Amino acid sequence: MQSGKIVVENLYKVFGDKPQDAMRLLKAGESKETVFAKTGQVVGVNNVSFSVDEGEIFVLMGLSGSGKSSLIRLINRLMDPTDGRILLDGQDITRLSQPELVALRRRDMSMVFQSFALMPHRSVLENAAFGLEIAGMGRTEREARAMKVLEQVGLAPFARKSPHELSGGMQQRVGLVRALAVNPSLMLMDEAFSALDPLKRAEMQDILLDLQRGQSRTIFFVSHDLEEALRIGTRIAIMEGGRLVQVGTPQEIIENPADDYVREFFKSVDTSRYLQAKDLIDPSAAGLVVNGHPANHAELDKHSWVACVSKDHKLLGLVGRETLRSEGCIPSERCVPVSPVAPASCLPDVLQRLLGQSEPLPVADGEGRYLGVITATSVLSKLSAHRLQSAH
Amino acid sequence: MSDFLHHLITNPHDFLPIGEWVNQFIHFLLDHNGGAFDAFGRAVDLFAESIEVALLSLPPWLIMGFFIGLGVWRLGWRFAGFVLAALALIFGTGFWPQTVSTLALTLSATLISLMIGIPTGIWCARSKRVNTLVRPVLDFMQTMPAFVYLIPAAMFFGLGRVPGILATVVFAVPPAVRLTSLGIRQVNKEQVEAGHAFGCTSTQLLFKVQLPIALPAIMAGVNQTIMMALSMVIIASMVGAGGLGNDVLSSIQRLDVGLGFESGLAVVLLAIILDRLTESFGRGQAARQS
Repeated sequence: MQSGKIVVENLYKVFGDKPQDAMRLLKAGESKETVFAKTGQVVGVNNVSFSVDEGEIFVLMGLSGSGKSSLIRLINRLMDPTDGRILLDGQDITRLSQPELVALRRRDMSMVFQSFALMPHRSVLENAAFGLEIAGMGRTEREARAMKVLEQVGLAPFARKSPHELSGGMQQRVGLVRALAVNPSLMLMDEAFSALDPLKRAEMQDILLDLQRGQSRTIFFVSHDLEEALRIGTRIAIMEGGRLVQVGTPQEIIENPADDYVREFFKSVDTSRYLQAKDLIDPSAAGLVVNGHPANHAELDKHSWVACVSKDHKLLGLVGRETLRSEGCIPSERCVPVSPVAPASCLPDVLQRLLGQSEPLPVADGEGRYLGVITATSVLSKLSAHRLQSAH
Repeated sequence: MSDFLHHLITNPHDFLPIGEWVNQFIHFLLDHNGGAFDAFGRAVDLFAESIEVALLSLPPWLIMGFFIGLGVWRLGWRFAGFVLAALALIFGTGFWPQTVSTLALTLSATLISLMIGIPTGIWCARSKRVNTLVRPVLDFMQTMPAFVYLIPAAMFFGLGRVPGILATVVFAVPPAVRLTSLGIRQVNKEQVEAGHAFGCTSTQLLFKVQLPIALPAIMAGVNQTIMMALSMVIIASMVGAGGLGNDVLSSIQRLDVGLGFESGLAVVLLAIILDRLTESFGRGQAARQS
């Protein structure tokens, strides 16, 4: 059996009055369009399988109508699946009875909505404590707990206000607090920040990332905004027409989009912003000298710089070709010590370092092991490749 | 065959004598369930009478003070001034006791209507099937001319308050049902989902999400019920319900236009006061939800 916080196996959702007819056709390999033409049934989710690890922010992307809203609602069973299994902590939630489902929702999950879905007749504090109240917690205790979370997002001064007195961004912070106050192990977020303007959206993403730091909570986030997905997602899944097209880390998806639909998402996004130092390394930009001995004598002459590393590949520094020529061999004290950047450094940091020095920029991992160098040329060629890809 | 068709076309009533069936049904009920109707009638009468006696026992200044206070609280000093003027005018024209009787009748009919209407409205909102069944019944209740059921009501319960109140209830229930059900069905889909997502049982969903959010619509229903009830208790004086309707009725019988105007004016003023006050309760809610 697969492990993970959520494991979804061959999940289907058919809308209509004869879902079993549609299922028969789907299992026989017919497409969503054929099923609709033959039976009039609308296929929302079509044979989707994936798993979400504990503690990750899993972002489900897709255009409207791709089935992502249905999928998130299947996970807390606001909708019942037509076929397939959903395992939450190994328990198949598609088989739960109504009372078991109510208990599960109170204990393990909560949800944040696109339209905020706050209760207009309740104050901010009462809204924040809603989940705890439903679960039967006493007033003093639940309001104290809700107040603590309100403080974390800076809303404590507004606790006694009515939600409609707050701006959209603040209302959604209340929505977030309501979901966090019950301390769920899984938080579902359905286009949670899509109704906010871009500045507020970025602010909310920061708040979410802040609150998630050091937590083992799993977040299942639905979005149609790729920038958002790249920014907050540990992994991203892309859906099209009820099917899952690709699942991977932001880097994997940027580097290897599965098809044109996925590539289409990047059109409006400047993917170069998500390039990291390790993507920018030019393997042919510098020669290598291990423990004072050139790794490849013939190549040494081609490079203007040579990286010196110790026996266990720890970076010692860089040496210019001139020095190399005049000395013939390289005593380690002749190395120019250049502090390396981490492989995950982002493009702006790399550019800043690169502009401030005449030597190429070495990249070394956490243990100081040398990975390669970045030069102005390697950055430029990588950037132009990305522009071409986006402009496609 | 052609004889049959000819007979059908010239005397269709012979083939579909609904009126005859209704008459038989009414007589059947009267003959076999008289005791039940009596007991039910006595319960309604006791309820309505206690409200009327209680209100009549209050001194006029207390009732006036209550409405003026309500006016200041809900709508401000200008409306309170209007309430004072209107009630003083009713008092001055000598219609105070009748107006209080009418208020008591309206109140008891409204309370009974809401006790029936709001639960039915909730049921309609939750079940499509119930809604399909109830809707034509509501249409029937609202459009069937009042006199048509006023007379059988008097046959069942005798002349007096009870048939008047029951006929009023028939007329005043539909807006309560319709607006309650509409209000609940209009609750935003994501708000209902939020209720479910946080683990509401269906009772919790109703009382903590749906009803509070539907409250402005329900209050509009209460307002409409009161207005319907007020207009109907005047007509109900024909079966001896009492109140201002008696004066309206005798003005018609005696062709006394002046008396008709005075008593009619008292009805209008009472209606305006009740309408604005009940409406303000719904509006306060609606403003918070916009």
